[in-house]
Amino acid sequence: MDIAEELLKGNRLALSRAITAIENEYDEATDIMKKLYPHTGHAYVLGITGPPGAGKSTLSDKIAREYRAQGKTVGIIAVDPTSPFTGGAILGDRIRMNGLTLDEGVFIRSMGTRGSLGGLSHKTADAVKAMDAFGKDIIIVETVGVGQSEVDIVKAADTTMVVLIPGMGDDIQAIKAGILEIGDLYCINKSDLDGADKLVREINMMLDLDSLMTEWRPPITKVVASQNEGITELLDTVEKHRTHIEGNGQLTERRTKRTRDEMLDILSSNIGTYIKGKIVDSGRLDGYVEQIKQHETDPYTVIGQVMDEMLK
Amino acid sequence: MSNEKIQAELEKYEASVEKAIARFPEREHLPEKRLYTPLDIKDTDYADELSFPGVYPYTRGVQPTMYRGRFWTMRMYAGFSTAEESNKRYRMLIENGATGLSCAFDLPTQIGYDSTDPISEGEVGKVGVAIDSLADMETLFDQIDLGKVSTSMTINAPASVLLAMYIAVAEKQGVPADQLRGTIQNDILKEYAARGTYIFPPRPSMRLITNIFEYCSKNVPKWNTISISGYHIREAGSTAAQEIAFTIADGIAYCEAAIKAGLKIDDFAGRLSFFWNAHNNVLEEVAKFRASRRIWAKVMKERFHAQSDKSMKLRFHTQTAGSMLTAQQPNNNIVRVALQTAAAVMGGTQSLHTNSRDEALALPTQESVTIALRTQQIVAYESGLADVIDPLAGSYYVEAMTNKIEAEAWDYIKKIDDLGGAVAAIEKGYIQKEIQDSAYKWQMDVESGARTIVGVNKFQMEEEPPKGLLKVDEAVGERQKAKVEAMKAKRDNEAVKAALADLKKACQDENENLMPHILAAVKTYATLGEICNVMREVFGEYEAHVSL
Amino acid sequence: MEKKIRVLVAKPGLDGHDRGAKVVARALRDAGFEVIYTGLRQTPEQIAEAALQEDVNVVAMSILSGAHGHLFPKVVDLVRKNGMTDALIIGGGVIPEGDIPALKEAGVSAVFTPGTPTSEVVKYINENVKL
Repeated sequence: MDIAEELLKGNRLALSRAITAIENEYDEATDIMKKLYPHTGHAYVLGITGPPGAGKSTLSDKIAREYRAQGKTVGIIAVDPTSPFTGGAILGDRIRMNGLTLDEGVFIRSMGTRGSLGGLSHKTADAVKAMDAFGKDIIIVETVGVGQSEVDIVKAADTTMVVLIPGMGDDIQAIKAGILEIGDLYCINKSDLDGADKLVREINMMLDLDSLMTEWRPPITKVVASQNEGITELLDTVEKHRTHIEGNGQLTERRTKRTRDEMLDILSSNIGTYIKGKIVDSGRLDGYVEQIKQHETDPYTVIGQVMDEMLK
Repeated sequence: MSNEKIQAELEKYEASVEKAIARFPEREHLPEKRLYTPLDIKDTDYADELSFPGVYPYTRGVQPTMYRGRFWTMRMYAGFSTAEESNKRYRMLIENGATGLSCAFDLPTQIGYDSTDPISEGEVGKVGVAIDSLADMETLFDQIDLGKVSTSMTINAPASVLLAMYIAVAEKQGVPADQLRGTIQNDILKEYAARGTYIFPPRPSMRLITNIFEYCSKNVPKWNTISISGYHIREAGSTAAQEIAFTIADGIAYCEAAIKAGLKIDDFAGRLSFFWNAHNNVLEEVAKFRASRRIWAKVMKERFHAQSDKSMKLRFHTQTAGSMLTAQQPNNNIVRVALQTAAAVMGGTQSLHTNSRDEALALPTQESVTIALRTQQIVAYESGLADVIDPLAGSYYVEAMTNKIEAEAWDYIKKIDDLGGAVAAIEKGYIQKEIQDSAYKWQMDVESGARTIVGVNKFQMEEEPPKGLLKVDEAVGERQKAKVEAMKAKRDNEAVKAALADLKKACQDENENLMPHILAAVKTYATLGEICNVMREVFGEYEAHVSL
Repeated sequence: MEKKIRVLVAKPGLDGHDRGAKVVARALRDAGFEVIYTGLRQTPEQIAEAALQEDVNVVAMSILSGAHGHLFPKVVDLVRKNGMTDALIIGGGVIPEGDIPALKEAGVSAVFTPGTPTSEVVKYINENVKL
């Protein structure tokens, strides 16, 4: 089947296959993306991140339902960490969204980080584009906010929501420190637990310290996702943020920057692959290393020669 | 011999062992300690920790004479297909000397769906009997005198509905509710943690349970209102200590809920019963049963300040471990079940179900069930194990093991307390995760050969596929559906509607006891599904916490 | 290129015994697969749709209730109807030997009964999966 063509016709299997091609870096992925690109730019991308156990999947489920109630279609990309030891992963987010499986207006895809941390952000970005071209109105990208690359993924969203829960103790301070500054919005989930108000105060204090924040002060919304409490209010803040960044040109700015970053990212990655093919896989690198070891030459001279050759 | 002397002798013995090991290396994967001595139990105070049967902390048994007066109840879990078929099996069991009934319900019944519901397709009558309304319950107990038999029902989320049906059938037989004896499992927490047949979220589920406690304490006083079950936790892969720890933590949560609902501990605690697994390691299991009694007695006395002896006695039903049955060389299962039976009896069980040899393959045939029942009778009458009370007490090993399991269980109970109790621990996925980790470790031990299962990873042989397995007639579902439709056409549908509306109102009022409303509804022949759907509407449904 | 075997581990029907499914899910992860676990009480429609959205190479189902004869073939049908002609569909649980030929006939390519080591499931998938 012509994946891109079928995808654009609304074939769900084609969308699924397109994402597989992106994820597995099949050669055809580039062609697919070329055909899909003109059809992108319509969807609004909501990034959701937060520490493990914050209830992100349940929250995504409830948010998706709310959007569906508003008549919007939703794509969800849920990223879970791959085990660095076995290369395997249990992608467990979907289980909290079982109720959405048979809703034709929702498409959920689970992705493992697969260790290729550098490449993950542009794979996710391409998966988002595929869902965008497919016609989804809202695309939710959900990741555990523990690593830089995962932070990069969510930063690529139009609006980034950071989810926290009360009572996680000091051990998550480090994680908080990493992800807190990226939030356009804060969501306190499980806010029926003790300590919710304290957490709100803490975030407020942190926001007070942020002198760069001028036009937009991230709102903090308390929800209980499992009880479907506070979801409407939460989505109101998403809408507000959207209006805000659409109004002041920031959305365009963000998307332009994203395109620029992605291009640079892919270019460097491709050039890296090219160089690797030229000198690593051919065995030339080992030859150079041997020469350097024998003090017949030095690394700087070799690099100069290789660069000259490559850039010819 | 003084402890010092024993210590000195022990050191000599250990030295001699070194030589023996040099010649005959010990098998791999054995418990660390090869021998137990008085030193291992030197701190165990007889009066405080063991005492006498029928005396606190009941380590040695809950009754003064145990099986010298009366054997345990030989209670065979049975039920499949339709009420007619199961009724036949029950009457066969009673004729063969079974002294209690134990009803297995099919999955739609356990999850509160009618046989006519599309989700029930393929499941009707499969793992137990299908009960859709009072009409089926009447058939199920046809010609069985509910005033004489004691009936255990493995039913949890919709336990209130099935109990109401039982009370209604008894009423028709002319047996007053206060004469009824039996047990409903009614243990929702282990459903969330291990068994999976939940319906409603924890809060309304706990309300239903405390409603039953309250209703029965006044109206069905001989009924065991809950069977707090470790069996399924063990089946899901837990260790022995986890089995009793998680279950006792569940028990604590039920007591707390009942007390919060205004009940007094001694008004309901005497009707709480437990349900344990009899696993393969005989001595460890005996120690587990003994430890569980001691822990519960302490919990009731020290934590809940119970006054009544009855509240402090942990009475339990046992089932031999289904997950230890092998599909390979199924006759070997007869031997496994016999050893598990011995463990349950030496551990002082109040009632016992023995599994049939073919249950790793299908539902048991009549012949297999008879062998399983005979196994209990042989242990009771021929083995001598039931002739003396708590026969393994005083064994250095068994006493040390009892202490060890108790200590491990307390650690877990404390950890669960710290997490906010059993409900919170389940909601956080803690208990599930612990069970899964143990299950995975067990499987990996079997696969690596660290643990031997005869016929599975050692001593395998080529086998003919087993013949004569019981097959549930695939047409059962269709027949049952037709029965439900016919029943609905006959009943007074206006009365049903009114009863369901009344039930809905009662559900919305948290202070109302639901039992009388459910009883009224079942008497109109409202179906199980109709009643549960009313509750689903008000209470919502539970969403599982899964972390792998 | 970074191909990974993706497996949907599913519990069709109403039975809540998920010890086996969870143990297999973990073992598959440890074998380097990406495992999507659906949880309990999934209808054949839900399983087939999840398989499609996740573009899995394998659908692994577990049933202990005896409803396999009804549910397994239904899942096979729906998965194939969705155009996933290559996906390997396997099952496990308390399944009498006598029922296996009919299940294979219906398109379940392997049936694993109690006592099967997880390593055997891994091996089967590795040898039969189409990537």
